[in-house]
Amino acid sequence: MDLTWSAAQERTRLELRKWLEHSLAGWRAEIGTERSGDTREGFAQQLLWERRLYEADWSAVSWPRAYGGRDGTLWDWLIFEEEYWRAGAPQRVTQNGLQILAPSVFEHGNQEQKDLLLPRIKAGQDLWCQGWSEPNAGSDLAGVSSRARRVDGGWVLDGQKTWTTRGAFCSHLFGLFRSDPDSERHRGFTYLLVPLDLDGVTVRGFGRLDGDEGFAEVFFDGAFLPDDAVGTDVVLGEVGEGWRVAVSAASTERGLLRSPGRYQATVADLLELSEARGADAAMRRRIATAWMRVDAYRLQTLQTVTALMDGRDLGSEASLAKIWWSELDIELHEIALDLLGTDAELEGPWSKGHQFSLAGPIYAGTNEVQRNIVAERVLGLPR
Amino acid sequence: MRFALDEDREALRSTARELLTELCPASAVRAAWTGVPDDAAWNALADIGALAVLVPEPDGGLGLDETYLVPVVEEAGRAALPHPLTVTALVAAPLGVVGPTVATDLGAAGSVVASAGFAECFLLVSGGGLRLYEAHEVDVEPVETVDASRHCGRVRPRTGGRSVTEDPDAVAAAFDRGVLGTAAELLGLSRTMLELTVDYATQRHQFGKPIGSFQAVKHHLANARLEIEFAVPAVLYAAYAIAHGQPDASRSVSQAKWLAGRAAAVAGRAALQCHGAIGYTTEHDLHLYLKRSWALARAWGSADFHADRVAASIRL
Repeated sequence: MDLTWSAAQERTRLELRKWLEHSLAGWRAEIGTERSGDTREGFAQQLLWERRLYEADWSAVSWPRAYGGRDGTLWDWLIFEEEYWRAGAPQRVTQNGLQILAPSVFEHGNQEQKDLLLPRIKAGQDLWCQGWSEPNAGSDLAGVSSRARRVDGGWVLDGQKTWTTRGAFCSHLFGLFRSDPDSERHRGFTYLLVPLDLDGVTVRGFGRLDGDEGFAEVFFDGAFLPDDAVGTDVVLGEVGEGWRVAVSAASTERGLLRSPGRYQATVADLLELSEARGADAAMRRRIATAWMRVDAYRLQTLQTVTALMDGRDLGSEASLAKIWWSELDIELHEIALDLLGTDAELEGPWSKGHQFSLAGPIYAGTNEVQRNIVAERVLGLPR
Repeated sequence: MRFALDEDREALRSTARELLTELCPASAVRAAWTGVPDDAAWNALADIGALAVLVPEPDGGLGLDETYLVPVVEEAGRAALPHPLTVTALVAAPLGVVGPTVATDLGAAGSVVASAGFAECFLLVSGGGLRLYEAHEVDVEPVETVDASRHCGRVRPRTGGRSVTEDPDAVAAAFDRGVLGTAAELLGLSRTMLELTVDYATQRHQFGKPIGSFQAVKHHLANARLEIEFAVPAVLYAAYAIAHGQPDASRSVSQAKWLAGRAAAVAGRAALQCHGAIGYTTEHDLHLYLKRSWALARAWGSADFHADRVAASIRL
């Protein structure tokens, strides 16, 4: 047991801290009023920020050097996240490509796909959105019914994806399509890479709970997807093996881990707010409780990363973390709104953050589904 | 960076666990409700050095730190051991009180002290320090408590005693170690209550199915597992912080106690609810663990007390 960082890790942390401070100031001077990354204007602003991360080699610390990363371990990634959120940097609008698609390309892509797609993801040239959810396939993803029909030289796509985060601002979509019309449930899917400017593809942005156009629905009306529409093969993994490819992405270490950094940053902001607004004894207790839970999440993550570095699988325990951080995030924001009192209804970072936090127990598998997973796979209760 | 119980700590824990499973089953806890607890498990713990983990080797101890002892204390909690492992091994031993079975709550004279009915020695607050009394040097007024296996009593010094420390910092450190041990015991109790309930929910059938297949039951137990998951690293970190004299040691024990107390409260309620009427009896074993958890949840500082300590330390 050793809870200290190495000298090299401490150096990297300081280097990053300085860089973030300097670069964020530069970026904010460049963009003027900072908008949410879930608006068209804010998305464009944040691509400028992503550009800065890219040019300083901070955009994908955990990628291999061969693909422009820093070969970072999970520890390095944790340090990066801690500093990133501590500095008040914006959410990563490129995260779908960097954190969801890229691990799948590393695992299931052929050499040409890796060489072509990964540098474009890292540079923010291709902007990817997820194509999982459909009107009738939310928590039950195996209910996906969008179809891909094999034709000469490509695929014909029909169907609809929805609740696609930042879909209206992205250039590409990755997702599951039913390629075997006679298949059921988890079988017969193909994982496809789809440019959104194809004929027959319509993207309509719509307002999320907070009013930002952060959601989109994507319609496929007999859209022809040529085999090389992304410059290389549009099928990731094997035809008919899409479920396996998608699930393995969801179960990669980084896909499952969410760093505690952003909640540590939120609770630090909460302490500042409480100092500015004043808190009575009961409120101080509530904040202390939330602080303890955030810190417990940090400690639990250190334990989890230790286990992963030892080569153990994360498995279903990831569901526990998802329930914890998502419900904690809401609590943190509810405390802030209570501190703000009647000012809580003003549009601002806390009211915005509160509405965003409410998505946590819904997306990436609702917390009801996560509790079922904990009960069945961690505790071994009967299905 | 490495945050895990490594092999030798796990080995000590599993040794303790095996002997407690054998020598302190539910029947032994039940027997301690109506008589002085059987010493078999306690003596076996002494034999493996568990009572003297923190005692230097030249003085006959293992010469190890809290990160070794706390997992053993958690196992004692898991078994609802009626003996005062936290007080004897974690509070008294580092003060140089080695050998006897010790009772204290570091409270004022006359407060309710666990194990008072059978302890060999008592640590009592005196001015800013602590004095040690032999059993014959104090008056013990037995009290009836919800968990009778704790053998609580009100303890008042009568005569004699010897000074153990005059240093208020040593008393504060002793208090922190008492809090830490109590947190570990609560964590162990939480695990037992959850395990009992998972077993029961798997076996018990209603409406033609095991009740554990119903989502409402699953979610109760998932919630208990959730609270345990995040109390575990807090308790381990607190042990590390105390062992390494970290500046946040006092805060970390309060955090550990709060989270472990919460885990025990959630696991206990879930356990009782999911056992249904059979759990609401003294014939089933659940109540042995449930009542211990109620006692420990308020011992060594309530949840609010510890939340306030954390609040002060983060400058709220």
